[in-house]
Amino acid sequence: MKRTIIATVNNTSGVMNRITGLFARRNFNIESITVGMTENPAISRMTFVINVDDERGLDQVIKQLYKQVDVLKVRDITDEAIIARELALIKVVAAPQHRGEISALVEPFRASIVDVGRESMTLQVTGDQQKVEALIDLVKPYGIKELARTGITAFKRGTKKSDFETPKYSIIN
Amino acid sequence: MSPKVKEVNGRELKVENQEMTGSSMLIQALARENVDVIFGYPGGAILPTYDEIYRTGIRHILSRHEQGAIHAAEGYARISGKPGVCVVTSGPGATNVVTGIADAMIDSLPLVVITGQVATTVIGTDAFQEADVVGVTMPITKHNFQVREVDELPRIIKEAFHIATTGRPGPVLIDLPKDVSIASGFFNYDQPVDLPGYQPTVIPNKLQIKKLSEAVTKAKKPAILAGAGILHAGGSKELLEYAEQQQIPVANTLLGLGSFPGTHSLSLGMAGMHGTYTANMTLHEADLLISIGARFDDRVTGALQHFAPNAKVAHIDIDPAEIGKNIETAIPVVGDAKEALRMLVEENGEAPQIESWHQQVNEWKKEYPLWYKEEENTLKPQRLIEMIYEETGGEAIVTTDVGQHQMWAAQFYKFDQPDHWVTSGGLGTMGFGFPAAIGAQFAEPDKQVVAVLGDAGFQMTAQEMSILQELNLPVKIILVNNASLGMVRQWQELFYEERYSNSLFPIQPDFVKMAEAYNIKGWKVEEPNDMQAALKEALDHEGPVLMDCRVTKDENVYPMIAPGKGHHEMEGIKP
Repeated sequence: MKRTIIATVNNTSGVMNRITGLFARRNFNIESITVGMTENPAISRMTFVINVDDERGLDQVIKQLYKQVDVLKVRDITDEAIIARELALIKVVAAPQHRGEISALVEPFRASIVDVGRESMTLQVTGDQQKVEALIDLVKPYGIKELARTGITAFKRGTKKSDFETPKYSIIN
Repeated sequence: MSPKVKEVNGRELKVENQEMTGSSMLIQALARENVDVIFGYPGGAILPTYDEIYRTGIRHILSRHEQGAIHAAEGYARISGKPGVCVVTSGPGATNVVTGIADAMIDSLPLVVITGQVATTVIGTDAFQEADVVGVTMPITKHNFQVREVDELPRIIKEAFHIATTGRPGPVLIDLPKDVSIASGFFNYDQPVDLPGYQPTVIPNKLQIKKLSEAVTKAKKPAILAGAGILHAGGSKELLEYAEQQQIPVANTLLGLGSFPGTHSLSLGMAGMHGTYTANMTLHEADLLISIGARFDDRVTGALQHFAPNAKVAHIDIDPAEIGKNIETAIPVVGDAKEALRMLVEENGEAPQIESWHQQVNEWKKEYPLWYKEEENTLKPQRLIEMIYEETGGEAIVTTDVGQHQMWAAQFYKFDQPDHWVTSGGLGTMGFGFPAAIGAQFAEPDKQVVAVLGDAGFQMTAQEMSILQELNLPVKIILVNNASLGMVRQWQELFYEERYSNSLFPIQPDFVKMAEAYNIKGWKVEEPNDMQAALKEALDHEGPVLMDCRVTKDENVYPMIAPGKGHHEMEGIKP
């Protein structure tokens, strides 16, 4: 099952290395990782999308992350009200006669055209994973020359139900 | 702040907040951490630190290979309960301690390892003796640091000792670039440790303790699996108290030997691949399995799908990540083993009604004790261990490598006391036992330390006989010499149709002469009848000794759980 996990970590050199190394050696399957500074420059925030077999696998990922001295807080936010966004840059093959067609696709996705070349156009799309994938599928027939995706970064929504501070996961049942 | 004065090996060290070099800070900090011995080996990038060692006179034991130094630090840590400190240089010095760091990691031994590093100005340029030691050791340390600024050094050392010794102990590495150790900075060691991401749970949750206590009362077939976590926590007394209060039989893991007295009527001996039939069957039949400070290693559990099929599992561990890692756990208890046991004793739950269970367990004990066949004209290795047990009165600190001799020592030396056993459990490191014995002897200078080693493993770190020679350290080396890589040979016999690929030694060195080259008294014993007398003489000898004991070459370790099998499928349970 696919889970979205966020972690706040000390913004020290090598912390990314620690985390990715941990995932690799524990045989955890990561789909994406994003990392960036938070409002506090000493602290970074990581968002992982991982694939785990079952609850126990998920439990292990979270516990192993917690074991890292530089990891401050870990949460599985998959089942919570979240805003999850990804940015993708798509360079599509676009002969001049197709440009209009492609431009028409862009609009309903609230994507934008950020570069136009003689034979190609570069689209930028932001949104949750499904939306990004839907646009990629749509432009595929034209031919994708290059594709770059940032991976998901996620946040809990500002308005929430009452149990905000109750962690989803506890070591005591 | 008034300057403090501390005595280190007869010399006064002024310990105060003042300007000093990085290497000076390091030694000051070690003094503040009450480090009384460092194991190490000098080299280019760590020269400033060695200069400071020279000037302050802090005790340093020079190994002859860095691997010897790190295993000695491990042996010291296991027996003293204090962190072992190891100092080596950059590049090859650091990579030579990698095995020991991995060993300490998997067996949860507190170490602080200081590696020299090339100057920060040339890091990343493939400089002379440069290796990415922080990168290399990241997966095998509890945490590691590279010091970039000299002012960070006191904080980092303090954090390193804190992390190594608290929670689940483990090795912490500090990579110290040469320019940082030369640079001057302000030494302040009085800042409290502030690690928001590292807050181990020591005191267990009371409700979980209660839940466990209630489960024990209701159990019909309870069993305790006692691991090394009890030893690290210093909780053997509490375990004895609790097991006696509730009358629960206790099996030990390999590393947990000594946490419960081996000769106690509730003791089942060791569980696992070469454990006793009784211990394994008890775990197999149990309806409540209480694991304390053990991590369900595959050598303990056998095939997971057959492990303790009827048991509700309670797991007490200071490392929450161990709970549920291998075995589904019904009653998790996160916390220090000693604290948990103390709370359980205090809870004083009603003892379970389990006479028939005791009867069953005692029947197994009577019917299937550990065994070996006595034969004429050959010294059985098991008998050798029994003799060592008898001659030392079970009082010696015993260290081993990995393999057959290790299993025989675990089976036939009945460890009655905690902290008398040093072995490489998780990593299974050859060459561990001898230097570990050296470290153990430093931790307990007045105790008899016996290194029970295979003839193969000994040759991996034999050069450390220099330390024995230099300091007249009375470590007793006993080689269980079967002229082979015994356990490899056993597996080749059992699972590879006797194709003994590279496991038999066609020639061997003259071990006695080797010992004599280091001015160590040596004995070679080939006649089984000479063994007892020779052993007595060797153990009574004041200085270091080496005994080359020629044992039965093709003896196998039994009983045994073959790979992929469960506890109930043990082989070789009877003569």
